[in-house]
Amino acid sequence: MLKEITIGQYYQTDSVIHRLDPRVKLIATFAYIISLFVVHSWTGYLVAALAVGVVIAASHVPFGYIMRGMKAVIMILMVTVVFNLFLTEGTPLVHIWKLTITYEGVDFAAKMAVRLIFLIIGSSLMTLTTTPNQLTDALEDVLGPLKRIHVPVHEIAMMMSIALRFIPILMEETDKIMKAQMARGADFDSRNLMKKIQSLVPLLVPLFISAFRRANDLAMAMEARCYRGGEGRTKMKPLVYRKRDYAAYAGLAVYFAVCVVLCYV
Amino acid sequence: MPVKAMLQIKKLIHDYITRDDEGNVSGKIRALDDVSLEVKPGEFIAVLGHNGSGKSTLAKHLNALLFPSEGEVWVDGMETDDEDHLWDIRQEAGMIFQNPDNQIIGQVVEEDVGFGPENLGIPTKEIWERVDEALTTVGMQEFRHKSPNRLSGGQKQRVSIAGVIAMHPKCIIMDEPTAMLDPSGRREVIRAARALNEVEGITIILITHYMEEAIYADRIFVMDEGKVALQGTPHEVFSKVDTMKKLHLDVPEVTLLADELRKAGLDLPEGILTKEELAEALGLAKKKN
Repeated sequence: MLKEITIGQYYQTDSVIHRLDPRVKLIATFAYIISLFVVHSWTGYLVAALAVGVVIAASHVPFGYIMRGMKAVIMILMVTVVFNLFLTEGTPLVHIWKLTITYEGVDFAAKMAVRLIFLIIGSSLMTLTTTPNQLTDALEDVLGPLKRIHVPVHEIAMMMSIALRFIPILMEETDKIMKAQMARGADFDSRNLMKKIQSLVPLLVPLFISAFRRANDLAMAMEARCYRGGEGRTKMKPLVYRKRDYAAYAGLAVYFAVCVVLCYV
Repeated sequence: MPVKAMLQIKKLIHDYITRDDEGNVSGKIRALDDVSLEVKPGEFIAVLGHNGSGKSTLAKHLNALLFPSEGEVWVDGMETDDEDHLWDIRQEAGMIFQNPDNQIIGQVVEEDVGFGPENLGIPTKEIWERVDEALTTVGMQEFRHKSPNRLSGGQKQRVSIAGVIAMHPKCIIMDEPTAMLDPSGRREVIRAARALNEVEGITIILITHYMEEAIYADRIFVMDEGKVALQGTPHEVFSKVDTMKKLHLDVPEVTLLADELRKAGLDLPEGILTKEELAEALGLAKKKN
């Protein structure tokens, strides 16, 4: 049931975007999200659409695959649109029963929807083209300066990558426990919400116990292999900027400049 | 000049202390009781014993994951109690655990093998060389870009072994590395362990409760209730069939058969370990052409 969520899952193929340094992609994604909130005009969104279009084309990820990820957020999108549509004041456009749709409401709701869609496409493009491992590496590097104010950046990155490594293992375990409980008559398919929640308890307790046991084992295995925090550690795959990464940064700078200019025109 | 011992344990005692909710000592369990032993460089040692005999506790002492309550543990001339040498000891004495899933850190095989060298602060270029070499040694080169989740148990355990080899240890302690594997996975791991011992000259301490795995060892230690109950070559240990039974341990089936035959009156030597030996002793060995 959890396997249906495709949003943000790495899509394996070879493309320029895949080969980019993960730091570039991380920073570009943040810049893109900021740009979506900087621009207000339809011309601005056209530029944003063009930019994301170019990246999608270069990434070799099928457009349909990206859109499939949208299914998960369609509800949030609908709610936002409906609220903005009816609750914005301005010149009335249509009256439906007690509700009024205003001209401004339509404009605002449409812009909000476009903004959200681009935001999701933009960020899922990052995770679609970057392995979780690269992403944690990039995060550790980009947030590196925070170490000075005693943010445990290395530890956070290590925790993230271990969590990612154990997700499939714990999923498999959940499946096993579920089957074991079902074999003894547990009912996981009940439509009754209370029963559904109740049936989760005998599932979560053994899962938690086993997760803690695993954590204990893993900590010992890491210590046995001389792990002693980030200090004095070298990297097997250090992040190195190449020409294409600088080119990407240049492209990003141009895009961002255009957005800022459009905001003031 | 006498050869320096790889591992030396002197009168080692280990107590597990249990505490109640307020943190007061409520009980003591003696897991190791006056253990003394010595292992020479390049030896292949098997440690046998049933559950709770203290063999895993012993293993953790050799990698400085546990420290003696009393007594001393020396690894290659360094005492485990000495904090200055803690990381040197852990580098020299690698450790393989029972559950292959719980000791693989990397999400890609080669990254996991590189984890140890990374911790040692080895330059990037050399890490790659070491990873290459370690993966070739255990025969996992073709799986280097795979996720560990896609591998079989035996393959995962070989990745763990590669991860330890990449740290260039002098000694590898394997704590029941085959307990969660199927027979073919067990063979894979034992073959890798023997190759490391014979080709690379790495000292191996294999903790197991499969007797078939112990017959290849140079020496066997049998643990019981925290003590070394028996020690010697596989021939010496397995010839004491009755003592082994008293310690709730099996002997290899062939040895058992030979023992029964001898009791029934056949003239057979003690401590037969393999089918070939038994066949020869019975005069049934195939003549070599």
